[in-house]
This record gives sequence, structure tokens and C-alpha cells, in this order.
Amino acid sequence: MSVKQKVLGLTGDEAIAYAIKQVDPDVVAAYPITPQTIIVERFSEYVHNGEVHTEFVSVESEHSALSACVGASATGARAFTATASQGLALMWEILYIAASMRLPIVMAIVNRALSAPINIHCDHSDTMGARDSGWIQIYCENSQEAYDTTIQAWRIAEHPKVQLPVMVNIDGFVLSHTLENVSTLPDEEVKKFIGERKFPEVLNHEGRIVPLILDPENPLTMGAFAMYTHYFEYKRQQVEAMENAKEVIKEVGEEYAKISGRKYGLVHSYKLEDAEIALVGLGSTMGTAKIAADNLRKEGVKAGLLRIRVFRPFPKEEIIKNLENVKAIGVLDRCVSFGGFGSPLFNEVRCIFYDENVKPLISNYIYGLGGRDMPVAQIIDVFKDLKKTAEKGRVEEPVKFVGVRE
Amino acid sequence: MAKKLTVKDLIEKEDLLLKGHRMCAGCIPATAIRLALKAVRGPTIVTNATGCLEVATTILPYTSWAIPWIHSAFENAASTAAGIEAAIRALKKRGSLKYEHVDIIAIGGDGGTYDIGFQALSGALERGHDMLYILYDNEAYMNTGIQRSGGTPLCAWTTTSPVGTVIPGKPEWKKPIAHIVAEHRIPYVATASPAYPADLANKIRKGLEAEGPAFVHIICPCPRGWRFPPNEGIKIARLAVQTCVFPLWEAELKDGFMEYKLSPPSLAIAKKPKLKKPVEEYLMPQGRFSHLFKPERREDLIKRIQEGIDAEWKWLLKKTGLA
Repeated sequence: MSVKQKVLGLTGDEAIAYAIKQVDPDVVAAYPITPQTIIVERFSEYVHNGEVHTEFVSVESEHSALSACVGASATGARAFTATASQGLALMWEILYIAASMRLPIVMAIVNRALSAPINIHCDHSDTMGARDSGWIQIYCENSQEAYDTTIQAWRIAEHPKVQLPVMVNIDGFVLSHTLENVSTLPDEEVKKFIGERKFPEVLNHEGRIVPLILDPENPLTMGAFAMYTHYFEYKRQQVEAMENAKEVIKEVGEEYAKISGRKYGLVHSYKLEDAEIALVGLGSTMGTAKIAADNLRKEGVKAGLLRIRVFRPFPKEEIIKNLENVKAIGVLDRCVSFGGFGSPLFNEVRCIFYDENVKPLISNYIYGLGGRDMPVAQIIDVFKDLKKTAEKGRVEEPVKFVGVRE
Repeated sequence: MAKKLTVKDLIEKEDLLLKGHRMCAGCIPATAIRLALKAVRGPTIVTNATGCLEVATTILPYTSWAIPWIHSAFENAASTAAGIEAAIRALKKRGSLKYEHVDIIAIGGDGGTYDIGFQALSGALERGHDMLYILYDNEAYMNTGIQRSGGTPLCAWTTTSPVGTVIPGKPEWKKPIAHIVAEHRIPYVATASPAYPADLANKIRKGLEAEGPAFVHIICPCPRGWRFPPNEGIKIARLAVQTCVFPLWEAELKDGFMEYKLSPPSLAIAKKPKLKKPVEEYLMPQGRFSHLFKPERREDLIKRIQEGIDAEWKWLLKKTGLA
């Protein structure tokens, strides 16, 4: 039985800011960048109107934003930041440090293309470049999910088996600046759901078991220098934590569903039960793709789709289970890997079927770079192209570009 | 400030940077930071930029730090400290801090302060975080093998400002970092030398006591990079002051502006100018300046350095109202 909720008209940015207001983290350190700016603007209003207890650090760069979050989180605070595109690129060095120091920071990313040419619109190149940084990456389809995920992220990040930072991704402008109805939980329900931050215990240099935090009574050295004698084990443990995150994300999703009535998992399938052709992708485009699939189904085409909600950790088992009976799969990538064989999502989806007895035909459709629109008609064209592949029984051109002037 | 710390106090105070670290023999940064930490007054958290001190004191599975310590990256000691400070304020506000107050110290070398970390430092100063930033200045990127930084002095040899047939060492002057920091109009800025340990420790204590950002710039001769025997570091750190290459001063925020004051060793020179030693006494014992003296004496370069030092000193005397 879910709790009574209030429907608010919020953009994606505002939905995230509102969720963070309810979470009331200890420290928010952020820097403005389009299209993320509204998050920090709204949050600043909450701070200046005394609606949160948060210490808001209006830093001089994104590098410092994440660095301040590292310092705050290591001191025991809940720390949040938000960025996009160039800002994320500037943070790149600290992304690895935050994840490797196992700091459960939450960061909202409003996905935007990388320069040059400078462009402010939606594209996933920014976070795809950070896919190996050790952060959990969740891509939202709409503002409702952005709100819900921003609350869930803390539970996932701080879970004792995880202890990793989380990126909550929304599509620039498509979600960040679009007003939607968002059902919001009461403040006390959010507080109850996220609870207090708990700290894992470690053996310190004095031989005592102490909380993993910078505490003058229990001194710890954090961010020490590791030679080849110790470094590798750190990385191995991060791999394990990332693997653990899969179950934790599902558990947290189920618990959240009980209070909100909205359930999220690692992937979301749409009309895949009998589908012969399917699209796989991230974010808001997969919402549009549902309409394309519905339209095609009216014409008798068995189209479906699988939205990858969690890209890191990569939900291999769920993807195989959902897609193993599909004849042809089109992987939509809003990102390009120069010189690579297709783009990241395609690469991984195609790779995981290598050991399977039944292999669907898998091709890559690169679309929407720099915010180029992907309307329903264009998605229908992609489905039709996939249908041809399914009929031919082979992939003739594995990597294609959609909606670009050649 | 209550009673001033004496050398006896420092000897009696327990070490917070413990022995067994892997800093070089005769390393002055290690001495300077060990001394500085003796001025710690209560619960304290340290953050350290990447550099010699960070690497050589925390080689896993060992640590030399007896207080909570965190290293994140090279250019972000100030922003990491800002985050720690914000966290402490937030925890205190919520009533979940078990201490009345926690002091925060950020430590960076010259590379991490003059160059790559300058933006983060300037931002943190402007925002007014209550922290003490200690710059241990060994005047080059020693950890990576003696490359020039914004803190390297004119004509000094480094591996990226070599003594060539055309260019004799570093062609640029040292950046006046402490003055630039002071112009941020923060509560407290000082320069210190480990050759004057009580002065150094009292400046650290004053920096900790200041409400808001404080900055203490410590000259730290490096036997490896400056090319001198490991037993001469303190002597050179003293000569830096005696020649006015590195005068000792403090600046405090008074009515919105910085009030500069010379510290006793430099004040003595200001009062009795003949105490000021010629700069070549400082340059001569250091291998990094040996090309100024051999194979032949480069009077032109020595003169240029002396004139530069004299001009800076005169300017400082004006700032302190002594000229």
C-alpha cells in the first residue's frame, strides 16, 4: 500500500532539486553549467529560505565541486553535486578518486554533448566517457524517475556491500527543461526511507576497529600511496562492490515500490514477450520508442524494446533473458566511440551474446548527437530497417548513423 | 592568543608526523611539517596535496600520520579542505559532531599551490572556509624529479630549467604567492622558516586560531633538488631569511585591509640594515646556483638577483610601514 503523494509540476532539474531538498544532505558543492544549472539554482533557494540544513558550497569549478564532496563524504557527511558535459569532463580525475575511496556521493548528471563544437544539448558522450570510473550509472526515462532515483541513489550508494558513488542521469533539455507531473512523497517518508548514513568498520593502524571516516578520536589515513603490492586488491574489491550493486539496486527498488507504488529495476522491457525486433537504449528516447513500437504493432509488426536503466553495473543476465528470443536487435547509442567498433552500449550488448547458443542479430544505430531530435517517425524507420535485417537473417551493416547529413 | 609556544614546548609536545617515513635524509619539508603539527591545539583533520610529503609518509601498509589524514589529488587540497570544513559545519548544525570544534589543515607543496592548485586555493580563500593552508615550498616539483614551478627562483637549475649554453637556469622570478594570497584579504597570512622553529609554530597556532582562512608559507630547502649536503638544510633556511631572499612577516586583516608586520628575525634587519647578508652567501652553498660561480663568476646574474631581492625587500618595508 503506497503512501499518499502530492503531484507537482516539475522539470527534470526541478524534480532532482526537490528530491535533494527532501533528502536534506549535509553538503552540496556545485558549479553552474547548462543544462544542469536549474538544479543548483533551485537548491540555492531552498538553502537561502532555510528549507534545508545543507551547507551549500558554491565552488569555483566542477573539479573543486567533486573534490569538496570527497572531503565532505570522507568526514562523514552526505554529499551531493550535479553537473553536465564539460563539467563532468573536468571532474574526470576525481571521479576515479571518489569511487576508489569508496565514498557514497550522489551526483546528478544532465547529459549533454562534449565540445567541440560547443553544444549544450543532449548526448550521452559525457557519461559514456566516465563509464569505467567506478561510479554506478542510472539513466532515467522521465522526471518522475529522476525524482525517484535521486532518492533511491543514497540507499544504493551507502549500502554496506556497495559503498560506491552513484550518477543519476537525465537527458539534457528533453528532461531537464520539460515540465511533467511528478508524484512526490511526503518529506518524512523520504527521510524514513533513506535513514541515517552508516559507516563500514575497518582496522586502523593502531590495531583498532574504527568507522571508515575522518575522526580525530580514531585517526585513519585515507588516500594513501599503494605500490603494486596493494593497488590491485583495491581494484578487485571495487569490481566486487559493483557486482553487489545489482542486487542492492533491485532490493532498494522493491522497497521503494512499497511506499511509492513505482517500481524500478535494472532494465525495463516493453512488449518484448512476443517481439521479433527490438530496440535497446538509454534515457528519454526509449519513452518515444514505446509510441513507435505501439504504432508498428497496429500494423502487425512485432516490435518491442528494452530500456537499460542501469548501465553500470551492466545488467548482463537481464539483457540476455529479455532479448534471447528476439530475431534482430537495434542498439541505440547517443554517443560515438571514435575508431571503435560501434558505440559503447552496442559493444557490450553484442559482446554478452557471444557465449549464448541462440544469438540475435545485433546492429548499432548512432543517433541524436548534439541534441539532434529523434522523432517517432525516425524510430519507426529504425524498426523497419531492423525488420529487413531479421528477414535477411544477417547483419549487413553493423553500425549505422541515424538522422545525419552524409 | 594565550601563551606563546617556546622551543621547550615544542620538544615536549608529542609528534603527530611519526618517524619511520621515507622522506629523504635531511628533508626540510619533513622537519617543517613535524614542527608545524606540534602547534596543533585540539581535534584536527589534515588533507594533503599529492607530493613528496604525501607519497613518502603513507606507503601502504604504513602511515606516519597520527591524526586523521586524507589525500585526494594534486590540485585540490584547498577544495578537499573546503568540503571537510563544510561537513564539520553541517554535522555540528545537526548536533551529530562529537567535538566542540575541529581544526582543518590543508598541506600543499609549491607545485600544488603556486601552479596546479592555485585556482582551488583562491576559490577556497574567497569563500572564507575556516582552515589553515600550509605551503611547504621546496621551490620545484621534487617528487617528480626536480622540475621548475612557479615557486622556483630566478636562475635556479631544475631538470626543466636546465643550465644551457643560451639560457642559464630559470628565466623567470618566483611568484609572490604569499602576497597574492594576502590580497584575498583573509584573516591571517605569514611566512616562516624552520630555522626559527618557535616563530614557525606560533604562526601555525595563530593560523589555526584565526576564524576563516589562514595561510602559512614555509621555505623548505631540499637537499636533493637544491644540491646541498643533507646536514645543511636548516643553515640554508636561515640564510634565506638573513639575506632577505625569504623575509619573515605576518599580515592580519584589520578593518577590511591587510596589516603587514615583520617578524623578529627580519625586523632586526630592517632596524639594522647592515645585518642583511649579500645574496651570494645564500646562493653559493646550493648546487642549483653553481653556474653563477663556475666555471666563471656570472657577476651580471648575481647582480640581477641581488637587485631583485633588494627591490622586493624595499617594497616589503613599505608595506610594513618601515620605509
